[in-house]
Order: sequence, then C-alpha cells, then structure tokens
Amino acid sequence: MTQVSMTVNGQAANGDVEGRTLLSSFLRDQLGLTGTHIGCDTSQCGACVVHVNGEAVKSCTMLAVEADGAEVATIEGQAAEDGTLNAIQQAFQDNHGLQCGFCTPGMVMSATALLKDNPKPSEADIRAYLSGNICRCTGYHNIVKSILAASGQDVAGIAAE
Amino acid sequence: MYEFEFEQPSSVADAVAALKAEDALALGGGQTLLATMKQRLAAPSKLVSLSGIGEMKGVSNDGGAVSIGGATTHAAVAAGAGAYPALADMAGHIGDPAVRNRGTIGGSLANNDPSADYPAAALASGATIVTNAREIAADDFFQGMFTTALDEGEIITGVRFPVPEAANYQKFLQPASRFALVGVFVAKTGDGVRVAVTGASEEGVFRWSEAEAALNGTFSAGALEGLSVDADSMIGDMHGSKAYRAHLVGVLTKRAVAAAG
Repeated sequence: MTQVSMTVNGQAANGDVEGRTLLSSFLRDQLGLTGTHIGCDTSQCGACVVHVNGEAVKSCTMLAVEADGAEVATIEGQAAEDGTLNAIQQAFQDNHGLQCGFCTPGMVMSATALLKDNPKPSEADIRAYLSGNICRCTGYHNIVKSILAASGQDVAGIAAE
Repeated sequence: MYEFEFEQPSSVADAVAALKAEDALALGGGQTLLATMKQRLAAPSKLVSLSGIGEMKGVSNDGGAVSIGGATTHAAVAAGAGAYPALADMAGHIGDPAVRNRGTIGGSLANNDPSADYPAAALASGATIVTNAREIAADDFFQGMFTTALDEGEIITGVRFPVPEAANYQKFLQPASRFALVGVFVAKTGDGVRVAVTGASEEGVFRWSEAEAALNGTFSAGALEGLSVDADSMIGDMHGSKAYRAHLVGVLTKRAVAAAG
C-alpha cells in the first residue's frame, strides 16, 4: 500500500492505495464521492471525467498514485456550499440537458474544461469537445444547448427537442 | 487488473534503473496500457511512470526542427508545436480531449498501434526517435504491428521532427475507437516527398513508395491518378474490408496532397 495525499475540491484528502487503485475507485470507494460515475471502465464514455491540476481526465484510466499531490476537482465541488448550482449546472437544469443523468457529471466536468479554454464555443466546438463523452439516452441536443447557454449565448432560437 | 509495484522516478537515469526489474514496464499516460492491464492482457510486476521526469516534457523549436520530450502529452503538442502545423493539428485530433491530456508521444510511438496517428507523422516526417541509449531513424524504428526497434527497458526520451516545406495529415476516423480507420501523412521535404500510411496494413505503418515517386515528379493530387496499394496486405475487419481500406489510402493521399498545397 502507498499513502497518497491530494486536494479534492479544495479539501485535503489522504488514503492508502494499492498501485492498481484507479483514481475513480479512490474517489468513489475511499472518499465516498460517488458523483464520479463509472460507465464503461474502458475510457470510452467519459462519465468518470474529473479535473486533475485543471485538466479534464478520465479518472478510470489514471492511477490514484499518479494523482498524488494533485489538485482534483469532481462534480461534488461544482455547486456552492449551500447547494446553489453553478452556471453550467443551472444551464443543464434550465435546458433539460439531462435525461437519466448518468453521464451528466462527466458532461458538466468536460463542459467546464471547454469553457475555461474557449469561453464562447460554437456548436461544432462543443460537439467536438464532447467526443469522449457518451450519453446513452442520446440526449446530445440539449446538452449542447445547455453549454451554449452556460457560455452566455442566445439559445432562444434553438428548438427544445 | 493484477497488482503491481509502482515507481515514479524524477530522472531518466532512475527510470532506466527501475526498469531493470523483471517484467517491469514503462508507463506513459496509460491511455492504452492501463486499459490493456484491466483486460489482463498485460501484467507487469512493476510500472515505472515517466510522468514525473521534467526533462522529458515540453516542445522546443530549434533550427528547422521541432523537438518534443517523450513524456509530452498530445494536448501539449497540439498547443506547442505551432512551428509544424500539420503535426500540431494531428496531435489535436487524437482520441478525445481527456485522452489528449494524459496520452504521450513516447507512449504512442513505443506501443506502435497499427492504427495510431503518431507513427504516420514520425515516419512521413523522417523523425528521429531519441532514447536513453541512442538515436533511431523513424525508417528503422517501426518494425510491424506493435513492434519497434526499442530494446527491453529502453525509454523514448524525445522525438525530433524536421519541419517539412509542406505537410498534411488526413485521418478517416473510426468514430468508436477514435483511432484512424486509415490515416495518411504526406510531407514534402528538401530530400523528396514522404507518404506514410497508418490504420491500413497488417504490417503496421508503412511508406507508400509508389506514391512518393509520383509526387516527386509532380506534387499534385493528379499525379496519383491510377495508383493503388495492394489490397491483399490490408487489414480487413468489421469496420472496413481490405479493398475499402486500400481505396481509402488512395483517396486520403490525394486529399492530403491537395491540402498540403
């Protein structure tokens, strides 16, 4: 076992892990942060996307020991402490950007990474950026609309589908 | 996956020493290796992470060549290799954004997946693969599907790409894997045109010498009229037949030449 220490959503987090412990398992099983979802476990689906040192990564395809000393952000850290949703989460709610909700944590974390680098993305930019996030409900239209809305762009003309 | 020992050295020398352990493997970004280990298709006794080695990260531009550290991520190459736009563009279309934030150039080249993008870029550019022990020309490095000139425990510390006069990479995306169904990298250099094809051959990445000869005559898509690769040696699977892949090689080479100008 190896002792790892990282900052998760601004709080110090420590634990003993095996070499093979995935970051996703550490977050879910040891820290109880089950908002990070395991969809495919093969780095295809993106439900497990978290940020490590500010960059979106698939936490099912990174070892917990590789995140030793890192700043990690998960979906649990996105809303304010009183539960007020951040702009991206609120846009998902306002625009029906989720159906079953399973992919949503990864979608929100990917969207957050996109808007940090590209504050006013086009629809094509958004679809390209979400290429590694799969919505099995196939609800992409409203996910893209939500991210456009979160970036402050007018989505009134886009039909709800 | 099976349990293993983990080590994260901070220098190339320490990594080379750590890799002397029996059944030890180097870990780049893990975007292929960790998935392979989950399927128990690989079971190293020890993983030696290269991600803590500062001297193996970064992109620099020196005298007509772009040099990239072996542990540099695809995202960092996409952002930093502006002096070689076709290379930066290729790196920016590998996998998806989260994969590009972890996967590394050294990992991709060492793995030599027959459908990976980097082998085509390195071979077409006439790149030099720099290891802890020696320098290997791309023409000698790729030795068939998942096979390279690397010795046991040898680490790719960097890759040097001479910047060509013109270049372009055309990738026909396999949308589920996000690898190339077929990809063609064309580079026009002072020493002639080089055409490297990935995703197509059962032997892995290869140079299409017939197309190179035609393009050395006239660098235009029209010069490729009537040329084709032998379909028998192509990969045939559920995503595309041998004949389809052979057809794509011709189409994508023409597109790459047209786009390279």
